[in-house]
Amino acid sequence: MKEMEKNADSREIICVACPKGCRLEVRREGGEILIRQEGCKRGLEYAISEINDPRRMVASTVRLVNGNHPLVPVYTAAPFPKGKIRELLQALREVRLEAPVKMNQVVLENALGTGIDVIASRDMVMYHSIDIDHI
Amino acid sequence: MNSRRCDVAVIGSGPGGLAAAIAAKKHGAESVLVVERDREPGGILPQCIHNGFGLEIFKEDLPGPSYAQRFIREAYDLRVEFLLDSMVLEVGADCRLTLTSRKGGIQEVHPGALVLAMGCRERTRAQVRLPGSRPAGVYTAGTAQRWVNIEGFMPGRRFVVLGSGDIGMIMARRLTFEGAKVERVLEIMPYLSGLMRNYVQCLQDYSIPLEMQRTVTRIIGDRRVEAVETASVDEFWQVIPGSCEVIPCDTLLLSVGLIPENELSRQAGVSIDPLTGGPVVDSHFQTSVPGIFSAGNVVHVYDLVDWVTEAGYEAGKIAALYAQGKLTPSKRTVAVRAGENVRYTVPQRVDPLALAEGAIPMQMRARQPIEAPAWVEVAAGGKTLTRRALPYARPGEMVTLNIKPENADALFDADALILNIIPR
Repeated sequence: MKEMEKNADSREIICVACPKGCRLEVRREGGEILIRQEGCKRGLEYAISEINDPRRMVASTVRLVNGNHPLVPVYTAAPFPKGKIRELLQALREVRLEAPVKMNQVVLENALGTGIDVIASRDMVMYHSIDIDHI
Repeated sequence: MNSRRCDVAVIGSGPGGLAAAIAAKKHGAESVLVVERDREPGGILPQCIHNGFGLEIFKEDLPGPSYAQRFIREAYDLRVEFLLDSMVLEVGADCRLTLTSRKGGIQEVHPGALVLAMGCRERTRAQVRLPGSRPAGVYTAGTAQRWVNIEGFMPGRRFVVLGSGDIGMIMARRLTFEGAKVERVLEIMPYLSGLMRNYVQCLQDYSIPLEMQRTVTRIIGDRRVEAVETASVDEFWQVIPGSCEVIPCDTLLLSVGLIPENELSRQAGVSIDPLTGGPVVDSHFQTSVPGIFSAGNVVHVYDLVDWVTEAGYEAGKIAALYAQGKLTPSKRTVAVRAGENVRYTVPQRVDPLALAEGAIPMQMRARQPIEAPAWVEVAAGGKTLTRRALPYARPGEMVTLNIKPENADALFDADALILNIIPR
């Protein structure tokens, strides 16, 4: 499991379009992206997006005040540009929410101007309203 | 002591238990009671804040808490009753539960049918026998996951992760997100034990080094972990002399496998399969004790939550039918055995009559990886009943083969079914 080559002309990526995990050697030739070995159609699509605009779903937590837990889990509503993940995590450290929180509630709108919202992964109730017999 | 009745009782409110409770309600059980030892339902899902749940069932990429909440809401809407913060102490062979809670004290529950959905536990340091001193700072990956994601507590700054299980790789990324340094992920086997997408998205993306066929040979530190000594191993897990490296760190996380949690099942007299660590079940997830069913990771450790939910639906449905006296008892079951390159199978026995309701899925794990086209086949009396082509077979990914209604004749005649995973 070697680190992928950082060579701009040719690099190896592991395709995660399906669980098989094919190693694709990807080259850019005159604006076109080519895969060296035989790959499937989904593999080519994955390689193109990985080269041109790699994105990932990002999940983290933000602080919660007066909640049943000290944190709320949150995630990006769509895959987020990979190069901006660290900056996004930094922005989330500044966010503080008040309970109650509803699942899918927007936590950070249009994060870093990407047009992608960060949303809450679950409901959070207020600390005093926990009734352990009825959630 | 308080005593109460219900149609179906479920132990555990993770994805298996929630699905079982929902299915039991939908199939006519009037009173369904879920007993959960935590203060909120969902099992392990609320701490699994990463995405990747629900791709099969919802065709959506959800984080664990969202996946759980959909089922918690549905169960609540169907008037499933939850007993939270409640610990089952004992299960009798007659399905009777003795449980304790802070609010209600000790209670007895007499259900018409019982679904075991206790899930699994992580292997600990004791179970992998790691030598060295015994300082603070050695934790399972799931324990660290709960601290970091729910309780807001970072257990260290500089980590080594032993084992390439999914939780270990996911925690390596999570800890990196929270500012910690993950020095290394070590895997004793020559292949990854978790999913490839987790290697790419959790380790490769953040340049966290993964070393194969390496393990921890000594934990160093007095009050707190100060370093771990690591070494290469051969194919028999023997340390290769001269390959040692001491890695300074303050925390060692273990992601070295999961074990179905069956203390209660054993008390009830349920037969346990030594290969899976879970109950011996038929295709309806019925255990060896009449009226006791089981679902999810308590049966065998799944790699996707979606399959746990599917298993829970089946177990809950059959438990509801049993409680209503609508389940025809099996006249005869055929044993299912792990054959060539198969570590275990679930179910371990099948009722040929179950084919009348549709195909019977046989789940199994390969013993050794085959990185080339392979067959998964079911054979009886030296003949192949049915087979399916696989692009490859790996121990980390569950393999399923359906026995179809057209195989009914062969199944009725068989003494035992043998499952094989072989090169094509």
